[in-house]
Amino acid sequence: MLTRLILRRLALGLLTLWLVSLLVFAATLALPGDAAQAILGREATPERLAALRDQLNLDEGVVSQYIQWLGGILTGDLGNSAATQAPVGELLSDRVGNSLFLVAVSAAVAIPLSILIGVWTAMRRDRPVDHVVSTTSLILASLPEFVIGIALILLFATEVVHWFPAVSLLGPGEKAWDDPEVVVLPAATLVLAVVPYISRIMRGSMVEVLESEYVTMATLKGLPRRTVIWRHAVPNAIVPAIQVTALQLAYLAGGVVVVEFVFSYPGIGAALVEAVGNRDMPVVQAVTMLAAGIYVGLNILADVATILVTPKLRTAAR
Amino acid sequence: MSDQTVDSAVDLALEQPVKLVEAAPARARFALLRDALRLGRTRFGLAVVGVLVLVALAGPLVAPYSPTEFVGIPNSPPSGDAIFGTDALGRDVLSRFLYGGRTVLWLSAAATLLGVTLGVVVGLIAAYARNWLDDVLMRANDVLLAFPQIIFVLLAVSAIGPKLWLIVLTVGLTHAPRVARVIRGAALEVVERDFVKSAEVVGEARWRVVFAEVLPNVTSPLLVEVGLRMTYSIGLIAGISFLGFGLQPPDADWGLMINENRLSITVQPWAVLLPVIAIGLLTVGTNLITDGVSRALAGIDRRADS
Repeated sequence: MLTRLILRRLALGLLTLWLVSLLVFAATLALPGDAAQAILGREATPERLAALRDQLNLDEGVVSQYIQWLGGILTGDLGNSAATQAPVGELLSDRVGNSLFLVAVSAAVAIPLSILIGVWTAMRRDRPVDHVVSTTSLILASLPEFVIGIALILLFATEVVHWFPAVSLLGPGEKAWDDPEVVVLPAATLVLAVVPYISRIMRGSMVEVLESEYVTMATLKGLPRRTVIWRHAVPNAIVPAIQVTALQLAYLAGGVVVVEFVFSYPGIGAALVEAVGNRDMPVVQAVTMLAAGIYVGLNILADVATILVTPKLRTAAR
Repeated sequence: MSDQTVDSAVDLALEQPVKLVEAAPARARFALLRDALRLGRTRFGLAVVGVLVLVALAGPLVAPYSPTEFVGIPNSPPSGDAIFGTDALGRDVLSRFLYGGRTVLWLSAAATLLGVTLGVVVGLIAAYARNWLDDVLMRANDVLLAFPQIIFVLLAVSAIGPKLWLIVLTVGLTHAPRVARVIRGAALEVVERDFVKSAEVVGEARWRVVFAEVLPNVTSPLLVEVGLRMTYSIGLIAGISFLGFGLQPPDADWGLMINENRLSITVQPWAVLLPVIAIGLLTVGTNLITDGVSRALAGIDRRADS
């Protein structure tokens, strides 16, 4: 039964992704007039037009165009960039690595930090430090990422101290992890953007757990405070935070767009901005499908994790 | 600036089903606003937003120069002629700042209005129908939710071009499923109540039941949603304009100003600082107001419980 619950969740995710693909494909149909002409614009030469028409299968019906496009995506053939003619897969592969590195570093810092802040403020509920953290969180949560990013540039890369580079100057083919300095400020921006959300829900669920009977019981048994908190309370308090964490990680797929642009970080977000400027639809579609895939995938993972760690759901499914 | 189920610190309050005040809705709403106004954060937020709206609306009247006029050599430091210096093209920073607030404000307000209206209609219909229509609407919600908001807007921009109406439309569209989910959650409880059943028995038209009986009872979460969506609209729309897909040069716009001057940030920080501070204060202000309203709401709930 448990597997059936998980399979059902998977099927629902795939259905969503399929509907997403219809919408992403429909974006090319929205191009005015002939899609190939619209994409190439002034750079249209008869040869390039013919090549692009052929690539997009414009001579065939819409349904057959869609099937070929979807088939290409599923087999890893993302088509050619309309701007540079290079295969989209080749164009994005390095950049996907850089973006994943950025997101991984951000998550590796943000998740433990949020748990610590959540636990810490829950234990000092309604004391001054709790209020200070909650006000700071509210302000950080209000700020758009580019405002946080530019503030960090002004503080740490130009005016006050010059510890980190303001822009990521990486040579072609150079990976972000070859020069980890470039990832510090973009990652710090993303950390500051997601920590308020995760720590807030962690605090809320920790407050609830601390008031529960089994925590009182563990304390009355004479267990050391440290054991009560980290062995008994925290593992239970983390469960509600799983969903929010997954949503925040999925949200990073959109957050990287602006942050990478701010720092000229060579990831898929910056590639997307460039592609939108060039109206390079194959690249835009590939990045969009990737972001949607990450979002749906992370949501499924979070649901499965929640099902697995929640005894009530585990038994209800039987 | 985030998203989905838990949208913000404020949104968290709505994760628990919102308890509705049993008193006459109109009076409850009034009490809610009065309670919210008692909080320092609401007042502070209102003051900040008020000042910035004034700057944006009245700015063009007091600007010393035209926003497109070249008044000196590029990136010159503050002087008597140009209080905040000139930008990367030699235009007056202060004048461009004073002209640049209108667009982001009205675009954000329009996108919020569109998103909340669509979301309320979809959420209420889904909650009231609770049959195949509910399933279809919620599936459509999931599809839109699978796109990070900014990526959905950029997809549309690359297909159609950087048009202001398109930005309002797509930002509104991406807000709608998020609003719909909250409103549906709040309305599910209301549609079970006696006065809805009796309205049905009396034979009121279904649209009347939905909009005259159910809607007035979800205004509290609705108010919070309006504030929240406004905060995110400002961030998103300023961000899109910062990426270069909003208002096009040579027009003056806060987001565009940051884009145009970010590379000369070391020599002329003012051209970036002024719009960054304005956008930051604006989003903090709207979120403080929203937080005040949601705290007042929680306070009323506590009293209703006890």
